Amino acid sequence: MTAVTPAPPAVRPAPVDAVPPDRPAGRARLRTAAGFAFGAALLFAVAPLMLSDFRLALLAKYLCVAMVAVGIGIAWGRGGMLTLGQGVFFGLGGYAMAMHLKLADAGPGGMPDFMQLYGQLDELPLWWRPFASPWFALPATVLLPMAVAFGLGSLVFRRRVRGAYFAILSQALAAAMVILLIGQQGTTGGTNGLTDIKGFFGYDLDDPVNQRMVYFIIAGTLLALLALTRQLIHSRYGELLVAVRDGEERVRFLGYDPASVKLVAYVVAAGMAGLAGALFVPAVGIISPALIGIVPSIEFVIGVAVGGRATVLGPVLGAVAVAWARTALSERFPGTWTYLQGLLFVVVVAFLPGGLASLWSLARRRDVGAQPARRRWLSLGRRRVERTEVPAA
Amino acid sequence: MSGERLDGLSVRDVRVSFDGFTAVDGVCMEVPAGDIRFLIGPNGAGKTTLVDAITGLVGATGSVRFGDEELLGRPVHRISRLGIGRTFQTSSVFEELSVLQNLDIAAGARRSWATLARRRRGVPDEIAAALETIGLTEQAGNLAGTLAHGQKQWLEIGMLLVQDARLLLLDEPVAGMSHEERDATGALLETLSRDRTVVVIEHDMDFLRRFARSVTVLHAGRVLSEGTVTQVQADPRVQEVYLGHPVDAGSARTGREA
Ligand SMILES: Nc1ncnc2c1ncn2[C@@H]1O[C@H](COP(=O)(O)OP(=O)(O)O)[C@@H](O)[C@H]1O
Ligand SMILES: [Mg+2]
Repeated sequence: MTAVTPAPPAVRPAPVDAVPPDRPAGRARLRTAAGFAFGAALLFAVAPLMLSDFRLALLAKYLCVAMVAVGIGIAWGRGGMLTLGQGVFFGLGGYAMAMHLKLADAGPGGMPDFMQLYGQLDELPLWWRPFASPWFALPATVLLPMAVAFGLGSLVFRRRVRGAYFAILSQALAAAMVILLIGQQGTTGGTNGLTDIKGFFGYDLDDPVNQRMVYFIIAGTLLALLALTRQLIHSRYGELLVAVRDGEERVRFLGYDPASVKLVAYVVAAGMAGLAGALFVPAVGIISPALIGIVPSIEFVIGVAVGGRATVLGPVLGAVAVAWARTALSERFPGTWTYLQGLLFVVVVAFLPGGLASLWSLARRRDVGAQPARRRWLSLGRRRVERTEVPAA
Repeated sequence: MSGERLDGLSVRDVRVSFDGFTAVDGVCMEVPAGDIRFLIGPNGAGKTTLVDAITGLVGATGSVRFGDEELLGRPVHRISRLGIGRTFQTSSVFEELSVLQNLDIAAGARRSWATLARRRRGVPDEIAAALETIGLTEQAGNLAGTLAHGQKQWLEIGMLLVQDARLLLLDEPVAGMSHEERDATGALLETLSRDRTVVVIEHDMDFLRRFARSVTVLHAGRVLSEGTVTQVQADPRVQEVYLGHPVDAGSARTGREA
C-alpha cells in the first residue's frame, strides 16, 4: 500500500463525554425516528384503509382532542400547571376558524344565517369583519389563544398563583367564556354556536373525499406538534421546566424567574389548543359553547392523566382512548359514562400517577422527568424550601 | 469559573418580623472577603431567617450589602444574579433530573431563550470541572434523587459553583453526614473560600473548630458574640446561652447541641 491517494482528513473523534451520557443519543434518535414512521404509517395508511368514512371522521375529531392533550402534557405534565380551562383556547381557535368559514359560506358582503335569525342585525358587527380574510383568521386561530394565555399567565404566574388555585382559576375562565358566548347570542350564535359549516377554503365539506383531506391535515398537524413537543422537552428549556415543576423556589434562587418559564409552556399549550379547535371545525362542522366549557375542559385533562401526562405520547394515546371509550360506551350505556370517566380518573390518579405510559417506562429504564411523584398531581405537594426543624422552646 | 472580584458581606441593623414576632432583631455583621464565617446559635435563634433575608425570601429592614450592591428590596432571582448562592436545610436538588441536568440548570441563569431552545450537547467545561470538584463525575448521569444524602449536599454546593456564586450561604451543609463526608466537605469549603466568601450555618462544634475562620453567635435574633473560634468559646455569655452551661474554652465537647 502506498500513499497514492491523500490520506483521508483526520476525523476528529467525537467529543467523548467525561461522564456517562444521560441519554444514549444515537439509539434514542433512531427509536424516535422509527416511532414517528410507525405513527405516520398508522395514521396515513392503516387508518384510512381500515376505517369507514364515518369512523375516520370520528378519528379526526379524536386527533383534535389529542392535540389539546399534547399541550396539556407540556403545561401540566412537564410544567406542573393543572390547566382545567383549555376549552377556552380550543374555543378561541375554533370560533376564529368557524367565523371565517361562515363568512366564506355567506359569500362576499353576506352575513351568517343566524345573525338575521336571532340577531336581527342588518350589518356585520365590527369585530367579525377581519375574520373574512383568511390572512387574518388563520393566524388568529393560534395567535389569539396564545395572546390570551400570555395576558392571563403574566398576571397569574407573577402573583405566584399555582396548584389548586391555578386549576380553579383556569376553570372559572372556561365558565366565563361560555357565559359570554351564550349571552351574545346575536353575534355568537349563543347556545347553538356556529353550525352548518359547509365549505372549507373552497372544498365542499359534505364530500367524503374532502373529509378525508381534512383528516390528513389533522393527522399531519398532530405529528408535527409531537415533533415540536419532543424537541421542546429535550431542550434545555424542557429540563428547566421540569425543575420549575419540582422546585419553583429553588429555581428562583438559581437566578431564574420561574414565572416566565411557566408562561412559555402555558402559551405553547394554548397555541396547540387553538390549532386543535381550528381543525375541529371542518372535521365536525360545528363549534359551540357545550364543546369548550368546563366539562370538555376536564375531559381533555382526564385523557392526559390516563395516558401519562409527563410523556410525549401518553397524552395522545390517553386522549384518543378516552374519547373512543366515551363514544363506544355512551352509545351502549347512556348515562353511565360520566361515572365511568370519573372512576377512571380516580383510579389512575391514585394507583398510576404516571398514567398508562408509566407501565411502559416502569418496565424499562426510567425516563428523566417522566415520573411525576404521586403527591404532585395537583402540585399541592410541591416541595417547600423552608425549614423543617422545630424551634426550641 | 469563579468570581473575578472578591467581595465582602455587610449586614447592618437587619430586622425581620413575622406577625409581630421579631425573628431577627437588628443584626449587624461584617464578613470580610474570602472569610469562612460560621453562624451558630440555638434552634430558633434566627440564623435561617437571616439568610432568608439576605437572599430575598423574606422581607427585612436595614441594609445588606455585598460589595457595592444593596440586596434588600430586590427579588430573589436578581439577588441570585449578583452572585449570591445559598443551600437549604433540607436538600432541594431536582430529584427527577440527572446530576448533570441539575448542574446545567444552575449554570444557565444567563442563557438566552435561543440557547434554552436547543439541546445540551456533551458536558460544558465548567460543569465537568464542578463535577470533579464535588466528586460526582461518576454519578453525572444518575437521577439526583438516587444520590446518597451527603452527595446531594455536595451537588447543591456544585450548583453554587457553576452558578458563579461569589457569596455562598450554606444552611447546615454537613447535617447527617458521616465523619469522612464532613472532612471532605470542610476541605471543599477551604478550597472554595480562596476566591469566594463563605457563610456556614452549622451546629456541629467539632466541624466548627476545624474549619471556621470566624464565628458569629446569634441568640434570640441578636448577635451575642463575634470573633475567632477561641474568642467566642471563651465568651461567658456564649457558654451560658449557647452551650447551656459554662464550660472550659477549648474543651473536647463535640456533637450537636440541643
Ligand atoms: N415564616 C415564618 N413565620 C413565622 N415564624 C417564623 C417563620 N420563619 C421562622 N420563624 C420563626 O423565627 C424564629 C427563627 O427561626 P429560624 O431562623 O429558622 O431559626 P434557626 O435557623 O436559627 O434555627 C423561630 O422562632 C421561628 O419559629
Ligand atoms: Mg435553621
